[in-house]
Amino acid sequence: MIKLSRSVASMQRALWPLGIALVGFLLAGCTGPQTTISPQSDFANEIQFLLKLTFWSAVGVFVIVEAVLLWIAIRYRRRRTDPAMPPQIHGNTPVEIIWTIIPAVLLAIVAAFTTPIIFSTEAAPPKNALQVRVIGHQWWWEFQYPTLGVVTANEVHMPVNQTVTFDLESADVMHSFWLPRLGGKRDVIPNHVNNLWWTPNTIGTTPGQCAQFCGTSHANMRMLAVVQSQADFNAWVAAQKAPPAAVPASGPAADGKAIFARSACIGCHTIDGVSKGTVGPNLTHVGSRSIIASGILENTPQDMAKWLKDPPAVKPGSLMPNLHLSDSDINALVAYLESLK
Amino acid sequence: MATLVRPAPRMGLSSLPRPQGDTGIWSWITTVDHKRIGILYGATAFILFMIGGIEALIMRLQLATPNGQVVDADTFNQLFTMHGTTMIFLVIMPLSVAFFNYIIPLQIGARDVAFPRMNALSYWIFLAGALFINLGWLIGQAPDAGWFGYANLTEKPYAMGLNTDFWVLGLQILGIASILGSLNFFVTIVNLRAPGMRMMRMPVFCWMTMVTNILMLLAFPVITVALTLLLFDRFFGTHFYVPSGGGDPQLWVHLFWVFGHPEVYILILPAMGMVSQVLPTFARKPLFGTPFVIYSGIAIGFLSFGVWAHHMFAQGLGPTADAAFAFSTMAIAVPTGVKIFNWIGTLYKGHLWYTTSMLFAVGFIAMFIIGGLSGVMHASPPADLQQNNTYFIVAHFHYVLFGGAILGIFSGVYYWYPKAIGRVMNEKLGKWHFWLTMIGFNVTFFPMHWIGLDGMPRRVYTYPSGMGWGGYNMLETVGAFVIALAMLLFVYNAVNSMRHGDIAGNDPWDGRTLEWSIPSPPPHYNFAEIPVVTAMDDWWAKKYGAGHEVGHAVPAMAGASQDARAHEEHPVHIHMPDPSYFPIIVAIGMFVMALGMVTNYWLCLVGFAFVFTGIYGWSFEPVNAPAPPGSSEVHTALAPAPHAPVAVH
Repeated sequence: MIKLSRSVASMQRALWPLGIALVGFLLAGCTGPQTTISPQSDFANEIQFLLKLTFWSAVGVFVIVEAVLLWIAIRYRRRRTDPAMPPQIHGNTPVEIIWTIIPAVLLAIVAAFTTPIIFSTEAAPPKNALQVRVIGHQWWWEFQYPTLGVVTANEVHMPVNQTVTFDLESADVMHSFWLPRLGGKRDVIPNHVNNLWWTPNTIGTTPGQCAQFCGTSHANMRMLAVVQSQADFNAWVAAQKAPPAAVPASGPAADGKAIFARSACIGCHTIDGVSKGTVGPNLTHVGSRSIIASGILENTPQDMAKWLKDPPAVKPGSLMPNLHLSDSDINALVAYLESLK
Repeated sequence: MATLVRPAPRMGLSSLPRPQGDTGIWSWITTVDHKRIGILYGATAFILFMIGGIEALIMRLQLATPNGQVVDADTFNQLFTMHGTTMIFLVIMPLSVAFFNYIIPLQIGARDVAFPRMNALSYWIFLAGALFINLGWLIGQAPDAGWFGYANLTEKPYAMGLNTDFWVLGLQILGIASILGSLNFFVTIVNLRAPGMRMMRMPVFCWMTMVTNILMLLAFPVITVALTLLLFDRFFGTHFYVPSGGGDPQLWVHLFWVFGHPEVYILILPAMGMVSQVLPTFARKPLFGTPFVIYSGIAIGFLSFGVWAHHMFAQGLGPTADAAFAFSTMAIAVPTGVKIFNWIGTLYKGHLWYTTSMLFAVGFIAMFIIGGLSGVMHASPPADLQQNNTYFIVAHFHYVLFGGAILGIFSGVYYWYPKAIGRVMNEKLGKWHFWLTMIGFNVTFFPMHWIGLDGMPRRVYTYPSGMGWGGYNMLETVGAFVIALAMLLFVYNAVNSMRHGDIAGNDPWDGRTLEWSIPSPPPHYNFAEIPVVTAMDDWWAKKYGAGHEVGHAVPAMAGASQDARAHEEHPVHIHMPDPSYFPIIVAIGMFVMALGMVTNYWLCLVGFAFVFTGIYGWSFEPVNAPAPPGSSEVHTALAPAPHAPVAVH
């Protein structure tokens, strides 16, 4: 008896660091910026609840079943002292019934918790929700705020504690709209209008990306969500609705505007008052964004120049071709685009 | 009486000489022997396993660090598409089919499958499809839209190259092989069982094979239809999946998964059948709750057609559909759990003999539990909205398909290798193979659970630094190379043991089922005398007596093997179907037809000529070449019971 308790105690001592390491690993914030387990909205919280429920149920079943398996596998290994033949057990119906019912009950419990959350999270969005139209393109995101008259790309702003509803459409192939901290993903399907809604509860920026394979640069189809105070959001909307920043009469920015207006740029991009292209992102306020090229580059003059120099080298398969711009043209364009705050 | 000799028609192709002999390359090309076809399937699939593995290693190198520069985006997309397509259609399925071929006739006491030439045709068509689907590598245009090939990314103008054409046509060819094979095995199991082998006396591997083949028979027509629509879209300008033409890409997603989910069980059920043979043998106990294992396999088969939309929880099908498919998905976990508990029950109070085969079988249970539990985690649709298309899913299905299917198949390889080769594989190397596989597998795939929950999506050729995924990815890459090392050990062991392994004898494991009653390797005709089956695990019952709670050896009853040797001296009495040129001619024709589709349509006519010639010649070819004049062969002496396949065309 003493021996047993001693061995148990030594086992506990041995297991403590392991247990602490495991729990620490799971809880101590080793999470990356795009993690799914650090919810920042009501929707993400509900998912988190189900994740915890299923995860800990699975851990419980795992520990019990694997322990039994391991014990039996070691305990009943062949020994010299074995009798000629083990007992020829063919089965046991009550046992079969028990181990059919126990998992069924466990699963019924999971189903019972899951079902109301399916219906609550997939219900029609509340009437007062802020509407955002999301259009997936190969390989960037377009965000339109129909009620606010704002069109932007790759960076979606929303006010904290305000329900936002996303109507998801595709311009080409299937994509999937996914901002992990704010909620689950929803596929973006041509000819379908899918919907997702949530109420963000934490101010901050959080990355997301396309989660449905959509071609060459699927991995580069990223985005950024910016959750702001209502005041900051209102200020952002006002800035986005303003006409494009005035360009001085001369200087690099003025040169850039002229180059933009006479180059292929205008075929694909909109800058209010300059061009009306709709193939690529709206650039009216491109200077105000923190990222470019669907989130694979920072919005810095260096990165903007790198992008303009050879877009397909940065984003393989990019629909924006290498326009073979001269370095001086690129510098002028960078000055112009960065001025469009 | 059993040999049905038709008069050879005077005209046509059947007047060509029949292939002769049973050595040399032509004997393999023209063989209709289920054992040889099984070996061909196994060897081909294993080579493709190496290719799929190399594709995986290149991907792991690319992903080992953030912003990897090993391959470019397009190459990576081809690699993951071909890795998935290869492992599913060209590795796990044909490896299972290899076992169906080799083992099923032996376990049911038959001399061959019901349609031996059609069996050869299945193999050659499978090879044609496997070659065709990989042809794109030669011109740098391997399939690149994912093994799931979601429309409309597979449509023009989003997929202008030949990549998707190779995929569509290759899968169509493979589908023909699968449907032919599934018909063959279903008919074989239903009709060719030895006398006395009632359905509930049939080994569990045969049961799982039958369920698998019914699933193939019902699921493959769906993918055939889906692929045909896509083929018409791409080649003839229809728009079944083209949104601008009024088509719906989501139609593809439904059709694909109506096929794709049963496919998952097509991949795992054979491995479940294999471990259901291995565990009782090495525990020296009957399979615990055999009827429950069989019924749960059937239940899985039925339910597998009602769970497809759990792959589509993110597609926005609406709460009612999501709830319904969540319930059916959770329901399918119940029979799966029942199987696991019965395997563990089989081990309970056994005398567990840890051969390599047994280690793989126990490893299978341990790893499959993890895959099953993570599967339940995304059976809950809201939770799945975070896990879908992330590395969590990659972890889950590798625990099911590698930790499950592949470990189960390795268990089967070590178990039946002595039967097929006549020698036992080296156990010491086998155990190294097992432990390295287990370590490498878990180091590779366990961290994927975590990086999936940490937000890393699947099918990305790159990821930026600062996401917190780099270290885990490096670890996974190291694990992948440990798996590769383990596989090299296996190859060495399998090749080396052919010459240097210990002689197996008929029954190296003290087995339970009929295949262990005959010599290793079995003679061409398998059973000199078709055994009469009186019990489940009939060979065990003949050795130790049936119904004894504590078994002990009893004098052998009239079985097949005891007097097999005597009959070996007179094998001429048993008539087996003769080899045939025609199956490979048909398969070549199919390859050429597909090649014509991507090069010049006129080539299709050439291919068609091959197919027509093959089928025409085959139709008039008797099962056996007419005996040469003056031959003293006796056709009817010792003719097998009506269950033998000799007379079946």
